Amino acid sequence: MSAQAVAVELSAKDFASDQNIRWCPGCGDFSILAQVKKVLAKIGAKRESTVFVSGIGCSSRFPYYVDTYGFHGIHGRAAAVATGAKIANPELSVWVATGDGDALSIGGNHLLHTIRRNIDINIILFNNRIYGLTKGQYSPTSPMGKQTKSTPVGSIDYPLHPISVAIGAEASFVARTIDVNTKHLQHILERAAAHKGTSFVEIYQNCVIFNDQAFEYSTGKDTKDDSTVYLEHGRPLVFGKESDKGIRLKGMDPEIVALGNGVKEDDLLFHDERALEPSLAYLLSRMHYPEFPEPMGVFRAVERPTYEELLMRQVEVAREKKTRSLDDLFHEGDTWDVK
Amino acid sequence: MVVATKTTDSGAESKRVIELEETTVRFCGDSGDGMQLAGTQMGNTSAAFGNDISTLPDYPAEIRAPAGSVAGVSGFQVHFGSQKLRTPGDQLNALVAMNPAALKANLADLESGGVVVVNGDAFTKNNLGKAGYESNPLEDGSLNGYQVFRIPMDTLNAEACKDSGLSVRAIGRCKNFYALGLVYWLYGRSMEPTLRWIERKFAGKQDVADANAQALRGGYYFGETTEIFPVRYQVAPAKLTPGTYRSVSGNEAVALGMIAAAQRAGKPLFYGTYPITPASEILHELARHKDMDVRTFQAEDEIAAITSTIGAAFCGAMSATGTSGPGMALKAEGIGLAVMTELPVVIVNVQRGGPSTGLPTKTEQGDLNQAIFGRNSEAPVCVLAAASPGDCFAMTVEAFRIATEYMTPVIVLSDGYLAQGAEPWRIPDIDSLPKFDIRHPKPGDAFHPYERDEKLVRKWALPGTPGLEHRIGGIEKKDVTGEVCYDPINHEVMVNLRQQKVDRIAETIPDLSVTGDESGDLLVLGWGSTYGAITTAVEHMRKKGLDVSSAHLRYLYPMPKNTTDLLKRFRRVLIPELNLGQLMHHIRDICQIEPIGLNKVQGKPFMVREIEATIEELFSNGKAS
Repeated sequence: MSAQAVAVELSAKDFASDQNIRWCPGCGDFSILAQVKKVLAKIGAKRESTVFVSGIGCSSRFPYYVDTYGFHGIHGRAAAVATGAKIANPELSVWVATGDGDALSIGGNHLLHTIRRNIDINIILFNNRIYGLTKGQYSPTSPMGKQTKSTPVGSIDYPLHPISVAIGAEASFVARTIDVNTKHLQHILERAAAHKGTSFVEIYQNCVIFNDQAFEYSTGKDTKDDSTVYLEHGRPLVFGKESDKGIRLKGMDPEIVALGNGVKEDDLLFHDERALEPSLAYLLSRMHYPEFPEPMGVFRAVERPTYEELLMRQVEVAREKKTRSLDDLFHEGDTWDVK
Repeated sequence: MVVATKTTDSGAESKRVIELEETTVRFCGDSGDGMQLAGTQMGNTSAAFGNDISTLPDYPAEIRAPAGSVAGVSGFQVHFGSQKLRTPGDQLNALVAMNPAALKANLADLESGGVVVVNGDAFTKNNLGKAGYESNPLEDGSLNGYQVFRIPMDTLNAEACKDSGLSVRAIGRCKNFYALGLVYWLYGRSMEPTLRWIERKFAGKQDVADANAQALRGGYYFGETTEIFPVRYQVAPAKLTPGTYRSVSGNEAVALGMIAAAQRAGKPLFYGTYPITPASEILHELARHKDMDVRTFQAEDEIAAITSTIGAAFCGAMSATGTSGPGMALKAEGIGLAVMTELPVVIVNVQRGGPSTGLPTKTEQGDLNQAIFGRNSEAPVCVLAAASPGDCFAMTVEAFRIATEYMTPVIVLSDGYLAQGAEPWRIPDIDSLPKFDIRHPKPGDAFHPYERDEKLVRKWALPGTPGLEHRIGGIEKKDVTGEVCYDPINHEVMVNLRQQKVDRIAETIPDLSVTGDESGDLLVLGWGSTYGAITTAVEHMRKKGLDVSSAHLRYLYPMPKNTTDLLKRFRRVLIPELNLGQLMHHIRDICQIEPIGLNKVQGKPFMVREIEATIEELFSNGKAS
């Protein structure tokens, strides 16, 4: 081996581990795994410098299937494990794979605080609106009335909306994408990887066994164009098969309008992912099917110092002020000699 | 204990001087009266003089209870002597009370005939009422059994500081130094260390520094001038091991131990924690030392504290978390994860009264069972316990030694009494500390996550190392290769390996040693903070001629290999614990003997005389011999 480090270009295959994948055939997780591997290759990630951390659930098996460093933690705690990892070694690229139950129910607290600290990790939340690994109970993102094994006559829990939660927690990067829209998924993952700070990505992910077609409206050939709107920074919110509909602001609320008949693109709401105030991003996060098309893409991408950056700066400043040996530390304050 | 009395005659001053072997003084007043400061200064000055000291603060759980109320009384106890001291003292010989509430809250701890110095100005009708006194104890004869000195401290302090230019209110805040000055005179202490401290502390605020110095001198000279004190006291220097000393509390010592281990290992220190009484000072202390590459992380909860610590250990930092009992309960699943992933993590539990919220500011040894057993399934964890404030340093360093040498979580048990108590600590020679020669596998090394060496220890391969990419986690893994594995036989193999590895830690820990004789009638066995009271009591009883010895466990799991053998050489074993007998049950199980328990759960440490009384009773009723 030459002493000179040779930059070897890795392909998506190089990120595949030798483990047998144990997801159900047809699971949306397969697509997410495939796109993640492609993106890692595309952005020139190094296997040795990449760490995938997870909690518990179907999605949390993710680290076993990527040939990087991996840590399969306990239920809900992936963000906290990842925080410790990033602080110990800020050079690492740290990813969290989590689900709607893992991140929003048992791990809700860690999600909020990790996001507000803006520690530089990428959180990808596989939202299938159901508990899969425990065989089909409703989750914190299941809609009201959802019939599951634990709610035979319908759920009476009002659901959380992950994007709204992330924005409320002061997220600097928030995006949504869909498992089957592979191009868009790759694009969003790439954006998330490039963002400095906590990147929060919600992925609509189909559970073929316990909640099949939960997102059919947003992926079906006949419905997807009318039930989703793809966000682009600086562009008006236009959607529909014929790109003939848009979102306009009426006072503080969005409304759907048909383009033409005096309604021009300029009258529509223009997306600004870099707005310092998160009000617009939050407004978009409240648009739900069937009343509205659901926004896909980057809701918010703003710059803010990261936690580990600020922490390491404090360490550096302290070192510039004084250099002490362990012996100096021991001898600080009042000391006396006994002879 | 009075050693000798003599009369000095220097100029106009003619005072009897009583020489004491040891004595205990408590300063008490309102939370805002600066009693912690006065007590700390008294302790440090006595230590600098050459006494051995042991100190203990006592403050209310509420941050600012109503002024003048009994609930708002704060105290600081200083035990100093010319011999080795191991406790802050059973009983007070002197009490300095700044107001009626302080007198009321503390009088019961004073020996009969003891010295009471009170701020007479504070015994107003209003203050007496707030303290719940129906009549003035200074006048109604209720203090007849004590030597009471009623000093108008407000007036005298104001007089001493009158040229300072400070406001009346600011002058009032110097009162603690006035009281301290008086006590310095009473015990023949030099004012110099405190005058130097005042100059340092109030550098840049010369008027404040001057006023406090004047207050200290005012109190001292009042003692010298006035005729009201018939005697002064002297406590000669103690014979201590030569070296440079400083005072440390248990929590400070834990922090220093963590930094020492990380520095010796040449690694950053990660400390992930959630604020909890009485462990928070560890975080406060560490947060001040960022220049030593200390990375503190105040997590959102106890679970994030332990799991972030595990994440940091996975990525190569020296990693620790600290908490108290309720926090330990929340960390249980996380500690199990550290057992499963076999990562070096140190968990400090500063025990407090429980269960549940219990008595947050009071001490207890109730978490031994939790430390040893408190996880789901077979999850062995090494458990250590510190015996004194200074020993918190040694056991924390030792915890990191074991954690990194064996790739395992280690629990260190401290408690509120050790955490807040302070004693002189001989500053160790850096070269005497463990080397922490930690070796990580290098790129190109053959590596499997669960391949083990002869000690059954797996390798610590760090993220960032090319070619050693691997996955670990809480789910059961295949022996050697580390693949996810549900095979029943493999599970049994792994459960046994994890247990055997922890059992083998016993190969590298010192034998249990005895203070006294190697065999005999009675052995008093302790663990944790009861060390001082037990050792002192046994020493006294041996002087009385009783066949009693003591031994102290600093390694609770696994225990020293000679434990059973040693215990069986005594006819009976007495185990004093601040719980209902947790070590006793453990010893009964492991050593197959029937120990006698001495149990106390009052949120307070043992008094020496409580243990002495039990030993005497065992001998007198024939149970020990």
